[in-house]
Parts: sequence; C-alpha cells; structure tokens
Amino acid sequence: MSEIADKVKKIVVEHLGVDEAKVTPEASFIDDLGADSLDTVELVMAFEEAFGVEIPEDAAEKITTVKDAIDYIEKQKAE
Amino acid sequence: MFDLTGKTALVTGASGGIGAEIARALHAQGAVVALSGTRREALDTLAAELAERVHVLPADLSVAEEAARLIADAEAAMGKVDILVNNAGLTKDGLVLRMSDADWEKVINVDLAAPFRLSRAALKFMLRRKAGRVINIGSIVGTTGNPGQANYCSAKAGLIGLTKSLAQEVASRGITVNLVAPGFIETPMTDALNEAQRADLSGKIPLGRLGAPKDIAAAVLYLASEEAGWVTGTTLHVNGGMAMS
Repeated sequence: MSEIADKVKKIVVEHLGVDEAKVTPEASFIDDLGADSLDTVELVMAFEEAFGVEIPEDAAEKITTVKDAIDYIEKQKAE
Repeated sequence: MFDLTGKTALVTGASGGIGAEIARALHAQGAVVALSGTRREALDTLAAELAERVHVLPADLSVAEEAARLIADAEAAMGKVDILVNNAGLTKDGLVLRMSDADWEKVINVDLAAPFRLSRAALKFMLRRKAGRVINIGSIVGTTGNPGQANYCSAKAGLIGLTKSLAQEVASRGITVNLVAPGFIETPMTDALNEAQRADLSGKIPLGRLGAPKDIAAAVLYLASEEAGWVTGTTLHVNGGMAMS
C-alpha cells in the first residue's frame, strides 16, 4: 500500500471511528462505513488539509469510496 | 442557570451598543470573549471594562477574506470558539427607486454574506468538537419590511433562511443555529429622535417603551447556554410585542 493510501485509511478510521479492517479500498463511506453527508464533507476537508490539495465540490461529489479518495489524491500529487 | 464558565464566545460588531451588551452578558456568565469590530478604540475601551477573559480582534467584514482570518485568530486566541454571535451590520438606507447597486451590495455583503462566511469558517471547528452555538442577530424589519431599507430588510430576512438551513445541516452534531430579531432598541441612532418621535414610536410598541441593548443580550445569552440545547433554527423576536409572528 502506498503512503497516501495509508494516510487516507488512517484519516477515515480516525474520523468515522470505524474498525481499520472495514476500511477496504472498495468500502463506501456512506453505505459501508456509516458516514452521513456531513461526514463525507468533513472527510474531504480532512484530506485537503492532510495532503495540501484542493478538492473542488464537483470532484468531491464523486469521491464515495476509499479507493476514490486515494486515486484522486494520488493523481493530484502526481501532477 | 445559563452558566458559561469555560466557554468562549466571539462577538462581531462588539463596538456597537447591542454588540457590547451581548459581550458583557456572556462575559458576566463566565465566558471568555473575543470582541471584533472595525473601531479599535471602542473595542479597547470595552476590553478595559471587562478587564479579564477578553481578547480584541479587529476585523473589517466588508472584506471577504477577513471572515476566515477572524475565526482563525479567535481560535488561536481562545483555543476554540464555542459561541459565534454574528451581530455586525450596517445600513445604507434609501428608497429602492433611488438605491444604487453599490448600496444594495454593501449591505447584503456585510449583513448577510459575512455571517455566512463566519459561520462556514467557525463550523469547521465546531463540527470537530461536535458542539457549538451560532447566534445571528436579525431584525424585526427582516419579517415586517420597512420602506427605505430594502437592502437591510432583504439581508435580515435572508439571515432567517441561512439560520434555518444551517440549523438543519449541523443539527446531527449537536450544534445549534438560531436568530434573535430585535425590535426598536435605544441606541445612538434612536437618541437622535425628538420627544414627539419617541412618543409616537413607543405608542406602537405594546409594552410601551423602546428596547434596551440588555433585552437583546439576555435573549442571546439564553440561546448560547446549555439550557437552550433543544432550540435550533428558531427566530426569537424581542420587540416589545410590536410585531407578533
């Protein structure tokens, strides 16, 4: 797992208070990890802060799983 | 009841009559208060009066970026902002037919957009703590309208919508958002009225007098307290019975 993936996972575990084992790449924040819409907004803000990236609202809407978040941040970082 | 020991509050427009009284009331119940406004001297005078548990954080809220900066400063100064009182406001009166775009925008910007920006910035921190109080100061004219104040009335009516929407967005985190709508209050502005004008105005108020800043401060204190934890999205009219809605 990449460094970014590790960090994303850690943020998700911390923020949603879920078991680390449940935070698989395919896990959906809302459907699998019990997040509500406000949690997803807070997660995106936490990602922005942790990685120093800006995630515009239209991109944020498409980030629904752990993998979505990792992919988006990795792409931003690569650019 | 209404003990605020250990709580922190940021009051905008604290250099004005109502804002200063709100700060005094919250401070008297034990809160640490941050006073914001554009007039540094007036803020310093109030800070000297309160003596302790007080910070002075001047800001010009007509500048969009100042809102986020003010919240960051208040968080840094007090460690947190538990209570945000959006009290700052201004008027640029005139009949609609003669009102410039600039005067419309100026009032909407400071009286409606600034509370939006301040709330947005403060809520980021409040969400993490899963606690907080946002109290917007509206006006009776936001409900009744008032000739010559279309911009001000629109902003104050808009604040009611902002209050209700925000209240629903953050209720799940135990954060409440409410609005206090003052009627006619004794301020330097009403001091300019002559006796006949005052009598005429008082005659329109069922409780027979103009309000005092402390009438508003008491309502804010209630909404800021733990005791008001089950109240959100509401508009609390404090107007001597002048407009009952």
